[in-house]
Amino acid sequence: MKQFCIFVLCFFAFFISSCSRPAGKDGEYAASIQIKGSDTIVNLVQVWAERFVENNPSCNIGVTGGGSGTGFAALLNNTCDIAMSSREIEEKEKIKATEKNINPVEHMVGLDGLAILINKNNPVDKLTLEQLRDIFMAKITNWKEIGGEDRKIVILSRESNSGTHMFFKEHVLRHKDKKSKEEFSPRALLMPSSQAIYDEVYQNPNALGYVGMGYINDKVKAVLVAINENSEYFYPNVENVMTGQYPISRPLYLYTDGDPHDVVEKFIEYALSDEGQKIVAETDFVPINKTSNK
Amino acid sequence: MKRKIIDTIIEKIIFFCGILAIVFVTLIFGFLLKEGFAFFKEYGVISFIAGKLWYPTSDPAQFGILSMIVGSLLVTAGACVIAVPIGIMAALYISEIAPKGVRDVLKSFIELMAAVPSVVIGFVGMVTLVPLVRTIFDLPTGLTAFSGSIMLAFMAMPTIVTISEDAIRSVPWSYKEGALALGATKWQTIRRIVLKAAMPGIIAAVMLGIGRVVGETMAVMMITGNAAHIPSSIFEPVRTMTATIAAEMGETVRGGMHYRALFAIGLVLFIITFIVNFIADLFLGKSKK
Repeated sequence: MKQFCIFVLCFFAFFISSCSRPAGKDGEYAASIQIKGSDTIVNLVQVWAERFVENNPSCNIGVTGGGSGTGFAALLNNTCDIAMSSREIEEKEKIKATEKNINPVEHMVGLDGLAILINKNNPVDKLTLEQLRDIFMAKITNWKEIGGEDRKIVILSRESNSGTHMFFKEHVLRHKDKKSKEEFSPRALLMPSSQAIYDEVYQNPNALGYVGMGYINDKVKAVLVAINENSEYFYPNVENVMTGQYPISRPLYLYTDGDPHDVVEKFIEYALSDEGQKIVAETDFVPINKTSNK
Repeated sequence: MKRKIIDTIIEKIIFFCGILAIVFVTLIFGFLLKEGFAFFKEYGVISFIAGKLWYPTSDPAQFGILSMIVGSLLVTAGACVIAVPIGIMAALYISEIAPKGVRDVLKSFIELMAAVPSVVIGFVGMVTLVPLVRTIFDLPTGLTAFSGSIMLAFMAMPTIVTISEDAIRSVPWSYKEGALALGATKWQTIRRIVLKAAMPGIIAAVMLGIGRVVGETMAVMMITGNAAHIPSSIFEPVRTMTATIAAEMGETVRGGMHYRALFAIGLVLFIITFIVNFIADLFLGKSKK
């Protein structure tokens, strides 16, 4: 009986102690930053965070992905200090932010080109924006309509919480026309990650999908893209994105609540420094103009 | 006196632990109802359940989940067609035919199957099964409801086998002895006597298996393709309700329409699994009598 009582007491003691917040964390680190958002740049920000902490060991940075929408939601719910995003903040999100008394401030930290990936064995090697739009809206459903074999096209897209999804919809499907109501075809396969798109393209000769430029390698094929039939086709590489010639490129952002200060400010300064921008290039993104004249 | 006090305290604590499950389920259901109804008020039940288009982040947003309901049902039905016969026959073999050594090994392996995390099943399916399905059936893509059904069948099997095995084993010896004494063969005994007597338990096992399949998320998200479009056959990509909630919950702003729509899907899912479990309970009760 006695033993049982002790057991119950221990159980409760444990239960109660686990309810309280873990102590000492704030004492150990001078400051801690939570960064959340776009899966596209999560690797880049991770490297920044690691190097930054090396120089400022008193600081603790947590980086998590989930999609640009997730980042903004977290910023609005006050669960992160910096939201990383591969798109600009939306009107709707801005309104919600004002309601919640949050003032999102934008910091552009790099550029990214979206590559259209197809299987290595697919004979197609160039497409226009118009053709891409028709493919993703299922108006073109067979590869032979665009110079390929007689096979059905399998369209791969990202989930709707992905900044990449939004960016592609606005720039390719809607031609940046804010009033346009064009949508991805419901037949598009919504893949949980860019890696999943890469994997499917790698093993499926019918598939076509869009991913960040970092995913290009010689096991898959990235198609050349032109604005229309009469303009020049460009390959998604650093030079073409930097000069703005490759048609599907986008800026990458960090968002903070109000003007950043203390560690958050230092971190963003670091991201924009020469060293930070060098890391941008190392992680297969495109640095912004500061270092582009090298 | 002291002993009495301790007794009552302990009794109260155990009572509290006992009703904890009920409290949790009620709270979850209440929360789902609250968010779900707020959504139905604005969007309407009919346009939600019978709507064909799901564009939650567009303007104006569309929240039709018909394609997902069909997707979930199709994947579940496919998984049942595969898992139920195999599961019941495996249970029969283990409880009636297998020698003791084989039975112990088989049982522990089937229980081990239940312990494989669903992400692992999804990942293995994505790498091995998906390309295979595409080439064998000559499909545009292997990310189909069929691939999902096969992987889910694996996950439902352990539940179906272990519970039907219990049911089959609890058929009294005297029934079998009687049948065999009347000159029935082993197969006749199994088919006409054992299976019949164990039927309520087997149905309950199948229902619990279905419950597991309907609610499964990770594996289907990885291998069914997630196209929110009403499929015309099992060899097309589908999107399930669970995958939608899992994929989109992270992005939503608390209190927004999209957030509530996902809760409304959760409510539909909860009702479906509740009905399935209720039927299972009904049959389990019957088999005990």
